[in-house]
Amino acid sequence: MSNPTTGPHTTGPHTAGRRLIDLLPHIVLIVGVLIFAFPIYVTLIGSTWDAATIGRGNLPMIPGGEALNNYGHAWSESHTERAMYTPVRIMMMNSVIMALSIAVGKIAISILSAYAVAFFRFPLRMVFFWMIFITLMLPVEVRIIPTYKVVADLGMIDTYAGLSIPLIASATATLLFRQFFLTIPDELVEAAKIDGAGPVRFFFDILLPLSKTNIAALFVILFIYGWNQYLWPLLVTNSADMETIVIGITKMIGTGEAANDWNLIMATTVLAMLPPVAVVIFMQRWFIKGLVDSEK
Amino acid sequence: MQRRVIFDNKLLPYLLLAPQVAVTLVFFIWPAAQAIWQSVHIQDAFGLRSEFVWFENFTAIFTDPNYVGTLRTTAIFSVSVTALSLSVSLLLASLADSKIKGAAVYKTLLIWPYALAPAVAAVLWMFIFNPEIGSLGRLLNGWGYNWDYRLNGDQALTMVILAASWKQVSYNFIFFLAGLQAIPRSVLEAASIDGAGPVRRFWSITFPLLSPTTFFLLVVDMVYAFCETFGTIHALTHGGPGKATETLIFRVYQDGVVNNDLGGSSAQSVLLMVILIVLTTIQFRFVERKVHYS
Repeated sequence: MSNPTTGPHTTGPHTAGRRLIDLLPHIVLIVGVLIFAFPIYVTLIGSTWDAATIGRGNLPMIPGGEALNNYGHAWSESHTERAMYTPVRIMMMNSVIMALSIAVGKIAISILSAYAVAFFRFPLRMVFFWMIFITLMLPVEVRIIPTYKVVADLGMIDTYAGLSIPLIASATATLLFRQFFLTIPDELVEAAKIDGAGPVRFFFDILLPLSKTNIAALFVILFIYGWNQYLWPLLVTNSADMETIVIGITKMIGTGEAANDWNLIMATTVLAMLPPVAVVIFMQRWFIKGLVDSEK
Repeated sequence: MQRRVIFDNKLLPYLLLAPQVAVTLVFFIWPAAQAIWQSVHIQDAFGLRSEFVWFENFTAIFTDPNYVGTLRTTAIFSVSVTALSLSVSLLLASLADSKIKGAAVYKTLLIWPYALAPAVAAVLWMFIFNPEIGSLGRLLNGWGYNWDYRLNGDQALTMVILAASWKQVSYNFIFFLAGLQAIPRSVLEAASIDGAGPVRRFWSITFPLLSPTTFFLLVVDMVYAFCETFGTIHALTHGGPGKATETLIFRVYQDGVVNNDLGGSSAQSVLLMVILIVLTTIQFRFVERKVHYS
């Protein structure tokens, strides 16, 4: 690449120096990209070799021929010579159900409560608002044991309800919807009222269609949030049939000895990354909007 | 705080709020209150009776030399993760924001790690740095450096710090990009005409103007390091070797779930709650001020 500001006749240290300065940002960015891509590349390659090759520690840097075998086995089989596993097909379904319930549940209850707080005036309005706000400061990590006990008392251990409902209260989603509702012009509400629309009709016919972009953006980040849960599923699921895929991987690894079914573990890891990474890449615009807006 | 035009209905707002409030009360407020109650009580071995003990659980924590070690580990861990992920993402974001070829491609290639679970990030790092199967882990040993994070506490702590920071860079990157795009180009161009080089422009204009974003991320990253990295540590080292990578949150889990010490675990939960409430309050006061003056 020639530098447009210096002509072809100028030579010497000046040109070389300029060229280096122009290239430096690219070099740094490429190194950055490589640092993030390298572990994924290794995992992808590993998932195409057999366990013995990986276990010996001489994983080649080019794909092997075991891909179909590994992915097929991880997807549907429940054991190898070494250990018992939950098939990825089951773990994947559990993760999908959990992530979808959390995302849909959070959006549904948040949009309703934001509607109440923004469009109605009623006693204790601010008390409820602050009660929802406080949940921001109480992530599941700081109330592990008592929350577990509540879920156990309600008989929700090893159920999809137990996996998702305790996580669906959302201050950030409520705040985001409320903020958006406050920007809706009074004239629009006035006109709807004159046309005889009650609060329910207004919500479904006007507010919900207007919120489409916000809902899509939130859905993307909440789906990822749900998919990536770790501590909570670790606590409330005991049976192998209820295992989520993120938990499943670390259970397969155990203590991390060389004699592991690394080929299956790596195939499972690739499958576990696929849905959330696909969501981020294909819905990039909405994803960034959802993330930046909900943290404002 | 509220719209001018509103609907009149006595019952409907309560019905709309009911699901959210129910979940909040049953799974947030009540358990948090339980944690506070348990933190000032000691249960007998059968869990039948409990006795009010004032702050005995708390003094027990702070006089436990192990806990002081956990505090130290948490401090090193969270400060390192925050500093590392903030500085790397700021560097990458300010380069990707400049007018260079392929900026859009770089952006896409740098934001996708947001999608990874902290535990999955840890597993990916293990595939590379495991001393037996990992290419870089074996390379280190081949060079005569005695690398095994499963036995060496300092190496284990380094591993979890790197894996946790690696995962958080993309999040910070997205927010730094948004912050950089909000800086008026005219200011930077004026400085450029006045002869300020890129480095000078960055430190005297971009960096100060980015400070609200940086501050916001500072708090978010601290909360991340305190709570969400449980998965990273659980997947990679299980708090070990010994207690070398045991952070506050890991210890709450260890004492409460594994060792079944309700009082001690709850007292630690309450301490964590206080830390989080302080961090969140600082964050919101700051955000409010920013909104007010802008």
